Parts: sequence; structure tokens; C-alpha cells
Amino acid sequence: MTLLEVKNLSISFGGLRAVDDFNISIKQGCLYGLIGPNGAGKTTVFNLLTGVYKPNEGIITLGGKNITGKKTIEINQEGIARTFQNIRLFKELSVIDNVKAGLHNHLKYSTVEGILRLPRFHKIEKEMTEQAMELLKVFDLDGEADTLAANLPYGKQRKLEIARALATKPKLLLLDEPAAGMNPNETLELMDTIRFVRDNFDMTILLIEHDMKLVSGICEELTVLNFGRVLCQGKTADVLNNPEVIKAYLGE
Amino acid sequence: MKKLLINKTLKQNLITYGIVIVAYLVIQIMVSLGLVSSLLKGLLVPLCVYAILAVSLNLVVGILGELSLGHAGFMCVGAFASAFFSMCMKSTNMPSALRFLIAILIGAASAAICGILIGIPVLRLKGDYLAIVTLAFGEIIKNIVNSLYIGLDEAGFHFSMESTMDLNLSETGTVIIKGAQGITGTPNDSTFTVGVILLLLTLVIVLNLIHSRDGRAIMSIRDNTIAAESIGIHVTKYKLMAFTISAALAGVAGVLYAHNLSSLTATQKNFGYNQSIMILVFVVLGGIGNIRGSVISAVILTLLPELLRGLNDYRMLIYAVVLIVMMLFNWAPKCIEWRAKLLYKFKNKKTAKEAE
Repeated sequence: MTLLEVKNLSISFGGLRAVDDFNISIKQGCLYGLIGPNGAGKTTVFNLLTGVYKPNEGIITLGGKNITGKKTIEINQEGIARTFQNIRLFKELSVIDNVKAGLHNHLKYSTVEGILRLPRFHKIEKEMTEQAMELLKVFDLDGEADTLAANLPYGKQRKLEIARALATKPKLLLLDEPAAGMNPNETLELMDTIRFVRDNFDMTILLIEHDMKLVSGICEELTVLNFGRVLCQGKTADVLNNPEVIKAYLGE
Repeated sequence: MKKLLINKTLKQNLITYGIVIVAYLVIQIMVSLGLVSSLLKGLLVPLCVYAILAVSLNLVVGILGELSLGHAGFMCVGAFASAFFSMCMKSTNMPSALRFLIAILIGAASAAICGILIGIPVLRLKGDYLAIVTLAFGEIIKNIVNSLYIGLDEAGFHFSMESTMDLNLSETGTVIIKGAQGITGTPNDSTFTVGVILLLLTLVIVLNLIHSRDGRAIMSIRDNTIAAESIGIHVTKYKLMAFTISAALAGVAGVLYAHNLSSLTATQKNFGYNQSIMILVFVVLGGIGNIRGSVISAVILTLLPELLRGLNDYRMLIYAVVLIVMMLFNWAPKCIEWRAKLLYKFKNKKTAKEAE
């Protein structure tokens, strides 16, 4: 079953066609990679998918539903969550509060219930804490639940961002360079975590990555972008052996 | 682990309430023993007013991360709306407690409405626009009030922006708001006890809001708006919520202020730009985002110029030095380090004693 279907997606900034005629089709449960040289438009595709930019042309459908041109928060509610290339955590909040903020739209009580500390506040907060701790455990962050997010080491900040995205209970998770700045050990660990998330949360994952070891290690299918256009698309092994991809991105 | 955290915030909140209650009791005892000068007695209600203002502004500056330079304007709205109501009801035989309660609600509601009206267009923008617009709002409100004439006779209310004569009141009519002369004869319903109760209420509302789902949403917007949107938090809604609650609380402070004076006028000194900056000074020196600090710094900085009155020429000099010292104490990295060390030592001693 196809979860995400993108057709003829294009956007221009002034005279620059940042993404041109982009097509992608991602099956439910797939681990999909989006690679390409710097400036190829990978992050722009993410921004288009999450409604940060409105596309000039094209249609985005998620689970058969057209989500083109919707606002970021609506798209999140439809089931797309993302992480950012340059980490965007809530730095002055504790680790657990970052995840609880992600649960914002799933566990609710009203402002009045919150201010008056009515029973519902305690009940929902307890539920939030339980769910958040469960997520933190997956990423081995439960020991640092009360730490300020800003004080976490880099690798853990990346993990926390994924945990926060998962807290919004998405169908599709977009990871923007999850392994950037990680050492080889951390990258290996991250690969396991991503697989674990896919298997245990029944998640479809689209990720941008430059680390070829990670890409070839976990991605089942790949799309290569170059100058805003799709250069090659298909099974990972086929794509990585494609002469054009080697020439444009991997190096001969 | 998390249970510990909830208890920790609860403990911190209780300490804040405790400080206020203890300070209240100490002052009450001192007053009954006759140890408080009349000058200081006159300052008790303003202390509560400024503490409420500082806490409410901290909600915008520290928690929401936006800059408002018009909090005196919201205070002005609350003050005049409530004083107007109290003047209208003064002649009826409504019990004064009930009248004051309604006056407080009216003051809060009118300031909140102004907050919403300003917030809807301005909070959608990014950057310093909120500061610019609120600054203008404060000045505009002050000037409107200064040229507003409202009178009451058997035919109902009469409005004018010109003069008392333009109201065309009948002979039995009374002028309630007299332009630049403001409102005279407002019932003095504000007492220190009421002020402290309102301050405690403000603290409960703000602290409980911060440590709830909405507070998390507000702070997540402050820390990273783009990320907040990406996890489905309605940015404009929560900005507006924080701003409106803050405006309403400033309105309550205005009510308290208005009912402490028999004649209420809008001047540069009480509702002008300087006042807004003064409130901001309380917030910055008390620690941005630190609610308890706001209360303490508001109290210290309100008391200080009055207590130093005897020193005459050196008064403002000492005041300035205290400002600088407080700034260093709260913000200098070395000082923060030193405080953390001190706290650590203190805690260690305590645990060591307990171990014995």
C-alpha cells in the first residue's frame, strides 16, 4: 500500500527552480532514503512535504488524502512529523517536557483544568508522563528525563528530536540528516534505533542522509536528487550502482 | 523520577506562595505593633500593584519570549474601566465587597479585550513589532483617557471628547470622567489584604499555567517557533492566550491601583512609557522567566526610593547602584556560578547534618 504519493512537485524561489517535477511514491513501512549533493533541494522537499513552503505545482497525497498546500500544523495532524537538519529542540525545557510537548494534540485538558489543577489535569499529566517515559526509554534517554534539552550531548539531542517527532504519533517520519555530526559508533547505534522505530512503531520513514554507510545499511529504496531534479530512483543497490549517480554524487 | 520533578515544581511554587504569605503576616504584625511609618503604610498597596504587574509582564517577556512595552496601558484600561464602574455603582446600595469584586472582573475583562484586539494582528508578526505596537498603545490609551468626558444623568450616559460642557447633562447629572482631571471620588476599596490575595491569585494562575500543557506549548513557541509548529502546536493561539492573560492581570493591577486613590488621573508618571519601562526593569532584574524573582525585585525596587528619601541627594545614586548590583547578581556568569556553588555547599551541609 502506498502511504505517500508525490506528483510533479515544483517550487521556484525567484528565478531558481529549487525543486523541479519531483515524484516519489513510498510504500507503507518502507525505509526510504533521499540523497544528493549539497544544494540539490533535499531539505526543500521536506519543507514542501511539511507545509513550510507551498508548492507552485504538484500534488502531495498521504494515505490517499490530498494534503497539498495545508499548513504545517494541519499536516502534522494528518500524520507527518519531522526532525531538522540543524537541531531545533525546546532548549529551555526539560527532556521529558520536549516529548510531552509532542503529545500536545493527543492528550488534552483545557486551560481552566490546568490552572485550577482539576482531577483531569492530574490524570492526563500522569498519562503524558508515562507515554513520554516509554518513548524516552526507546532512545535510552529515560535517565536524563529531567535534564534541560540544551545540556544534552549532541548525539542525544538528535535522538530526542526523533522522540519528540514520534510523540505526535505520525504515519510518516521525516528525518533530516539524523546522523550528521555523529561518530561511527553513534551512527551504528542510530541505525539500530531507526530500524527499531520502523518495526515497533509501524512507521514509514523518509530520511535525508550523506552518510553512505547508513544509507546503504538501512534504506530499502532511494531517490537521488541533483539540481532539484530526480536523477535516479529505485532499490538501494541498483541506485548506488547507477553510473549517473556515481558521477554526480558518489564520485568515481 | 518524574514524580520527583512534579514535587520539585510544586515545592518551588509553594516556596513562592510562602514568601508572600510570610511577608504579609510580618507586615501585618508590624502594623499592629505600630512599627510601620505612615509613608510605608501608603506603599503597601502599590507594592502589590507592582508585584502583580511584574508577574504578568514576566508571562509575556519570560515565558512567551515577546517584548511588551505597553503594560502600563493595560493597567490604565483596567484602572479607568473599573473606577468608572465603581463610580456608577457608588450611589446604589450595592455592598462594597461585591462592587469591588465586579470592578476587578470588569478591569480584567476590559484589559483582556484590549490585549486580544492588539494581539490578533500583531502576534502574527515576528520580531519587535509587538514592542512597537504596545508602546504606541500605552501612549494612545493615556491620551484617549485624558480627553474623555463621560457624564451620567437620568437620560443615561453622555460621551464627549471635547469638554464637560459638550456633555449636555441635565442639572441633576454628574460628570464621572473629567478629561485630564480623571475620576475623582473613587471608593477606596483596595486594602493591603485584598492586594496580597490578588497577588497570590496572580501567582497561582501564572505558575499553574506555566506548569501545564498550555505552558509547555507557550514555552516551546518561545524556544523554537518552527519546531513548535512542526509538532502541531497552534502558535498564534498560544501567543494570544499568554498575551491576553498577561493583559488581564495587568488590568487587575490597575483596578487595585485605581481603588487605592481618591482621584485617578492618567499622567506620564503613572500610566506612561516610564511606568512600562519600570515594570520591565522589575522583570529583567528579577530574572526573565523567574516569577518569584519578579515579585522580589518589584518589592525591593518600589520600596528602595522611598526608604532612601532621607538621603535626598544620594537617593537616585544608590538606586542606580542597586540596579547594577541586582543585574550582576542575576545575570553575570561568574555570579551564577558562585550562587550554584553556594547552594551546593548549603545542600551538602544539610544532607551531612541529616546523616548525623
